[in-house]
Amino acid sequence: MTSAREQLQKLAAERILVFDGGYGTAIQNYRLGERDYRGTLDLTDDQKGNNDLLSLTRPDIIEAIHTSYLEAGADIIETNTFSSTEISQADYGCEHLVRDLNVKSAEIARSACDKAEAKDGRPRFVAGSIGPTNKTLSLSPDVNDPGFREIDYDYLKGVYRAQCDALIDGGVDFLLIETIFDTLNAKCAGMAAMEAAEASGRDVPLMISMTLTDLSGRNLSGHTVEAFWHAVRHLKPLTIGLNCSFGADQLRPHLAMLAKEADCLIMAYPNAGLPNDLGEYDEMPQETAELIGDWLKDGLVNIVGGCCGTTPEHIAAIAKAVAGHEPRKIPTVSVHTRLAGLEPFNMAA
Amino acid sequence: MTSRIMNQSSSTNFVNIGERTNVTGSARFKKLILNDDYEAAVEVARQQVENGAQVIDINMDEGLLDAHHAMTTFLKLISAEPDIARVPVMIDSSKWSVIEAGLKCVSGKPIVNSISMKEGEEEFLNHARKCMAYGAAVVVMAFDETGQADTKDRKIEICERAYKLLTDIGFPPEDIIFDPNVFAIATGIDEHRRYGIDFIEATREIKKRCLHVHISGGLSNLSFSFRGNEPVRRAMHSVFLYHAIPAGMDMAIVNAGQLDIYDDIDPELRELCEDVIFDRRDDATDRLITLAEKFRGTDEVAEKAAAEWRGYEVHKRLEHALVKGIDAHIIEDTEEMRLAVKAREGRPIEVIEGPLMDGMNVVGDLFGSGKMFLPQVVKSARVMKKAVAHLFPYIEAEKDEKAKGKGKIIMATVKGDVHDIGKNIVGVVLQCNGFEVIDLGVMVAWTDILKAANENDADIIGLSGLITPSLDEMVTVAEEMERAKMTMPLMIGGATTSKTHTALRIEPAYSGPTIYVLDASRAVGVASQLVSDTQAEGFIAKTREDYEQVRIARAGKTGKKLTSLEEARANAAVVDMNLKAAAPLKPGVHVYEDWDLAELRDYIDWTPFFRAWELAGNYPAILTDKIVGESATDLFRDAQAMLDQIIEEKWLTAKGVAGLWRARREEDDILVSPENAEYNLPMLRQQVVKRGGKPNNCLADFIDTADDWIGGFAVTAGHGIDEHVQRFEMDKDDYNSILLKALADRLAEAFAERMHAHVRQDLWGYAADEKLNNQDLIREKYQGIRPAPGYPACPDHSLKPILFDMLDATNNTGIELTSGFAMTPTAAVSGFYFAHPQAEYFGVARIGEDQVEDYANRRDASIDQARQWLRPNLNE
Repeated sequence: MTSAREQLQKLAAERILVFDGGYGTAIQNYRLGERDYRGTLDLTDDQKGNNDLLSLTRPDIIEAIHTSYLEAGADIIETNTFSSTEISQADYGCEHLVRDLNVKSAEIARSACDKAEAKDGRPRFVAGSIGPTNKTLSLSPDVNDPGFREIDYDYLKGVYRAQCDALIDGGVDFLLIETIFDTLNAKCAGMAAMEAAEASGRDVPLMISMTLTDLSGRNLSGHTVEAFWHAVRHLKPLTIGLNCSFGADQLRPHLAMLAKEADCLIMAYPNAGLPNDLGEYDEMPQETAELIGDWLKDGLVNIVGGCCGTTPEHIAAIAKAVAGHEPRKIPTVSVHTRLAGLEPFNMAA
Repeated sequence: MTSRIMNQSSSTNFVNIGERTNVTGSARFKKLILNDDYEAAVEVARQQVENGAQVIDINMDEGLLDAHHAMTTFLKLISAEPDIARVPVMIDSSKWSVIEAGLKCVSGKPIVNSISMKEGEEEFLNHARKCMAYGAAVVVMAFDETGQADTKDRKIEICERAYKLLTDIGFPPEDIIFDPNVFAIATGIDEHRRYGIDFIEATREIKKRCLHVHISGGLSNLSFSFRGNEPVRRAMHSVFLYHAIPAGMDMAIVNAGQLDIYDDIDPELRELCEDVIFDRRDDATDRLITLAEKFRGTDEVAEKAAAEWRGYEVHKRLEHALVKGIDAHIIEDTEEMRLAVKAREGRPIEVIEGPLMDGMNVVGDLFGSGKMFLPQVVKSARVMKKAVAHLFPYIEAEKDEKAKGKGKIIMATVKGDVHDIGKNIVGVVLQCNGFEVIDLGVMVAWTDILKAANENDADIIGLSGLITPSLDEMVTVAEEMERAKMTMPLMIGGATTSKTHTALRIEPAYSGPTIYVLDASRAVGVASQLVSDTQAEGFIAKTREDYEQVRIARAGKTGKKLTSLEEARANAAVVDMNLKAAAPLKPGVHVYEDWDLAELRDYIDWTPFFRAWELAGNYPAILTDKIVGESATDLFRDAQAMLDQIIEEKWLTAKGVAGLWRARREEDDILVSPENAEYNLPMLRQQVVKRGGKPNNCLADFIDTADDWIGGFAVTAGHGIDEHVQRFEMDKDDYNSILLKALADRLAEAFAERMHAHVRQDLWGYAADEKLNNQDLIREKYQGIRPAPGYPACPDHSLKPILFDMLDATNNTGIELTSGFAMTPTAAVSGFYFAHPQAEYFGVARIGEDQVEDYANRRDASIDQARQWLRPNLNE
């Protein structure tokens, strides 16, 4: 049997693949209450808003959303585990549920994919979502003490490792480190993921996705996209790319840079534009698909999907838009030393 | 200053690593850290970066310190400082635990300094694997179980062994930096005598045997026995680098501000330094020790005798120096002027606004009226730059406002392109005319251009490029400027740019004024009008209208009638394959590591050299030309003198490779079969409508459908140039810097000519008896052609990687290709050899959509990709 890595690479050489869209909006549409979130679990804190918990308490809803994306044309879906780490679940007093959340979420996504595959024979993949947590290794939360850090590398690595182990046990194909605002967090997560994959004996490739916090093209820890690529290239990711951030049009120049420099697949899933005054995303499916159309025309991407504010309708429009476009060809890049501070440093070899 | 110049390009050949944030190297830094004064310690790091360190070395190995705590604290603190954290760090410790603690604090991609086989292979590989897992490049000390490598052979042996071990576990070779140990010389101990030369020779050999690695070293060890005598230490370091860099040393831990210019070192001191570094004589150490006493405490070079003009009054001397381009006394004269101005309570800025600008105005008038030419103007600018640099600290100290220039111009050669002779000339001319020019160097990404423009509140952005892919990059810059809602004018220049391209592609992408500038002499006029309060509006409107006319005229021509690809193929040239050249005498790939420059000199075609300096006319008639003759003669004399030096002192190394392979043609493809491989070289065919029986040419027509041969070559004369260019630039000497680049270009072309003759007469051997002089060669009176990818007969630059692959050109000649298919060193030529007597040069010109599709298919590329490659040839 060919590995998920080879399978995906083969498909990606043939056509542009489709990733899924946002979960937050979809969950909101169910108008769930505290009772739905909590289920029969014995928990002290309020759970409304702990979307990851729904994998245990309302698995039917999570599977239904997965299925809606698969039916819209997604080839890859992500698990409902963006916040399923000890650090993020601590906000809800759910640290003890971390393993269950990840295993169960992976199983739900797997099952949705298996059903979709059985229906039309198209292979589907599960990416285990690993969010950035709300703690950072690079920045001090105390402006008067720039050397202070809330957490340290070894602790964060342990947190990520627990999540990765559980996602792999639950059967994910890939580990997706996403919405990266802190490059050091991502390097730490990458190391944990590599070690988890090695311990499992399975080939579980990484997908790495950075998020930009300003229009000049840097993330919160200050790295440019190229510097970021230099910082994570040693993880030999299956995909590199951008998500969340802004809308498709603002991401274009940064994607163009990656498309030229990165010798792996490019995956990008933008928000449905920028939120309006009410914090809602009102970019219509057709608009998002059109904006992504610019990337397709220029051969910048291999995998596209949506992030905040996108819906199955957006993904369906994107799936339609990619048809007929050539996927980006992975370039052969020169052998030279790629160092980085906040900015890239290239040194001829 | 060294580093600022080196730092101009984001991709660079010599990296200086700041050493001041190292407790073992800086007493001051040590004291700050021991006193827990991290705030001041962070400032040391900031100064390092501001002074041009491209990487900062951080070392906390001090007995009295908790190195683990100091390292992590300091790394966390500097990561909060964007102007420090922008450069990569080097985590330096002899304790692995300290290194690993450091790795856990560093985002980006750092360098670990260092690991070695001191404790055996297992621990070495264990540390290497961790470096890979954390994502770090690594310095490997030439150290093994038996000790530190001291001799050349030991250095090579250990590094080669380490290389094999590392690459066997998948360590990226480009992330290996060997430190073959710089040890103290001139210590009086005989065993130490060869330490300098052994380092240099080992470096050369390690570079050859271990592909892609870098070589680094800590310079301060070398001169350890001269502690307290800074002039001698500086001289030793400079002389050592001068010789080690060409051998392949590409990084050094060094205080960049404290290096001397090789040529400025007292000749006797320089020679004695070379004696000890190369172990040239038994009494070398004694002699240097004796001489060293003379330099203790002295730092200045003796003054030279003054010529007649030295008797003029100072105002006149400054003018004379500027007009004649003499920089020997400019600092003292400027200082004298400054003191005179001060005496009458004037401000230092007045020296610039008064006498210096007066002098430059004379230069400007002479240039404007055609009585002075570019080479002289560039020399004048060198003098001006030095004078201004001298005054700058005084102006700053007074907190004066800066010299009010006409405007600020950001200049850059765009990403993917490395050519900068033309850009530098334009920069100099603009500076001479009162503009402040901020030169971002070569290979500059649009993000950096926009950033610099914003940060400096620039008045104009000027983009330059020489190769066709740069045209697309310029459009990208224009688009991004538009996206960023900029409004400042954009000037476009460079060999492949044109008014048509600017009007058709760049101007429509940017709503601000976009102006094509034909050459350096027009740059001032254009820039002056763009910043003028009264003229700008009219000039911009007129240009817009002009470009609109270009578009209208062009619109009429779009879809110009071309023959179909099918018809064009049917009208191919009739090539008599009975005449094809016999099989080569020496097929395969031939490498030439060091072609004699003295021989190449005779093959130089001088006419393009003068053209580069905007002197029109053919060599040798140009030397006696009524108008430009005098200027051309001066330039030619300087060029000859520099060529003498280039050859005698071996500034440059000419490396080349030529290959001859079996080939056959299939339709418009040439299929080439070096050993064990087959390459496809799809060629393009003319599609313009031909009359009078003229064929629609395609290079493939000159190859037979079976049993034929093709050749390829890549040559460069640019190895070693960076060091000398840096030396000139350090000295603010644009004239010699541009002259050297132009000469290296000519030598590379000469090498291509010489190599072609060698191929015809010897390697292929089809013209063994050919007897041609240089004029005949320049007029191409020989059988066969050597078209280059990216030039009219073969316009697609993207064939270069294939050619390079067949030739293994990067390994064999050290020429690298950028993302835009430009060659570095820039003084390089590559191309194909066609031997058929009917083979001739032609221009493919416009091609139809049918051929674009066909070509995409043959290259196995998308149509969009093919359109990008073929942009200049598209029929639109």
